[in-house]
Amino acid sequence: MAKKIPLKRKYELMTRGLAWDTTYQDADDIYPYDKFEGIKVHNWDDWADPFRLTQDAYWKYQAEKERKLYAVIDSVAQNNGQLSITDARYLGAIKLFLTGVSPLEYQAHRHFAHLARNIRGTGAQVAAQMQSLDELRHAQTQIHAISHYNKYFDGLHDFTHMHDRVWYLSVPKSFFDDAVSAGPFEFFTAISFSFEYVLTNLLFVPFMSGAAYNGDLATVTFGFSAQSDESRHMTLGLEVIKFLLEQDEANVPIVQHWIDKWFWRGHRLLGLVGMMMDYMLPKKIMSWKQAWEMYAEEQGGALFQDLARYGIRPPLHFETACNEKHRISHEVWSILYQYTHAAAFHTWDIDDAHKDWLSAEYPDTFDKYYRPRLDLWKQMSAEGKRFYNMALPQLCQVCQIPMGFTEPDDPTTISFRVSNYNGDRYHTCSDGCQYIFDHEPEKYVQAWLPVHQIFQGNCGGAEVPDVLAWYHLNLGADNMAYEGSPEEQLWNEWMASRRVPVAGS
Amino acid sequence: MNIQPVSITLQNTEDARPIIEAILADNPAATVSHYPAMVKIDAPGRIAVVADSVTERIGRDWDPQELHLSVITLNGNINEDDDVFELSWN
Repeated sequence: MAKKIPLKRKYELMTRGLAWDTTYQDADDIYPYDKFEGIKVHNWDDWADPFRLTQDAYWKYQAEKERKLYAVIDSVAQNNGQLSITDARYLGAIKLFLTGVSPLEYQAHRHFAHLARNIRGTGAQVAAQMQSLDELRHAQTQIHAISHYNKYFDGLHDFTHMHDRVWYLSVPKSFFDDAVSAGPFEFFTAISFSFEYVLTNLLFVPFMSGAAYNGDLATVTFGFSAQSDESRHMTLGLEVIKFLLEQDEANVPIVQHWIDKWFWRGHRLLGLVGMMMDYMLPKKIMSWKQAWEMYAEEQGGALFQDLARYGIRPPLHFETACNEKHRISHEVWSILYQYTHAAAFHTWDIDDAHKDWLSAEYPDTFDKYYRPRLDLWKQMSAEGKRFYNMALPQLCQVCQIPMGFTEPDDPTTISFRVSNYNGDRYHTCSDGCQYIFDHEPEKYVQAWLPVHQIFQGNCGGAEVPDVLAWYHLNLGADNMAYEGSPEEQLWNEWMASRRVPVAGS
Repeated sequence: MNIQPVSITLQNTEDARPIIEAILADNPAATVSHYPAMVKIDAPGRIAVVADSVTERIGRDWDPQELHLSVITLNGNINEDDDVFELSWN
């Protein structure tokens, strides 16, 4: 039997061994994008992808993952998996995830393909190519989940159309638009390092475990199958950062700024996930605060201690973000609750047992600041005056979230920053977002802010129903409170039919 | 040695169970936390997944790259080779 080639040697042969140097064309003409950001690379051979995954092994393992995944997806569809979830309200979280994140997977697929072509290091090309294929796989598997849940539940029928239009979906969309319109190394720092390495655990890990706990086989399966690729993506992120920092000292301040910027961008985006975990999962795994402590503070802390030897410090506003763990999920829930008439998912009044859990998890803030508001809203609903805020909110120019976040030292005062650029005033929700705006105002003044666009007459009309029709929302089904929704009625019928034999339908 | 915590999280599946057992046997400082559908292992400074230990438990040769089928997330610098998969900080 032929002797097996050791892994390190095989990786060498099947990455750098397949590359060549240009001879009759100037390499700078072939790779036109990897210098303008000011990043200096002296030797691409210093790049060492720690997962030594070659194409043959990649296809072998991905095929195995796909076989397992599609067996489960088939099984969910065949066996009425939608009946096994804990409660129809749980689907609110999944609707947000699938309409907010799945289109980003597809964007990531496209942009990593672009990087695989346009970065001149072979190791980086191979890693970007694999990640591009991974992201396409993630988009596809998530669309299968959309397809299944769309047969029974509301708000998932036109997710690509909505992604380009709906106000809260502009939050994840603008995050990714910001990244793909940056240079290649900023994109790597934004997506592979800041998002995948530092923050994606908070998106996928406790949330997917929560999906398992709530009986959502479809989501757990695509989630953990995607996450198995994610550990490779995270590793790419860490490798990119170390590579750039080792190549030239002049790269350090450039990379530091990108880390500062993209940590905060990611933190704001994940406010939505915090809300999903604390408010939308009927059965809880852990609070957002606990997840933040585990993944951002403990793991992030270890990471930044490791990077200190390169002269990298923890991201600017890291402490502010840590401080917000006591409040961010409550603030985001409040925003979405009052604008649920304009959303393709439901919100609901929080019951007492759930409030007690929040109180135990958030002893410093919940009873003092948030419980009274939830109590009042519940009382208003009981009196037939369910609270919907009919005024359009002001949006942050950077994160595009309605301005509902509060001052670092005072959770009762809305945080509100103003910058001037070319004679106009621009508003941001925090020091973090203002810092980002002030560094690249020429970029963020172009932001497509949903509320501004409505007022400018670009979103189907002047009245709320006109705008919602332009979003393709089915009024009275997709939106409004869960209580009294067609979805609640359907769910209650399903649950009642468990106890009474009914002919197959 | 930098003893900042390193970490690996695996799916709670038949395939992953012998890997988890091997990690806990080979890394005495490791602690384990169970969550729905997943198992998180933490240790100060270093975690090694030793191929021979997993091989012994499953009765066939185990390639450390099979980890790709079971891993959910990890934290630490990776060193991957034919006989061991290692996480550590510098």
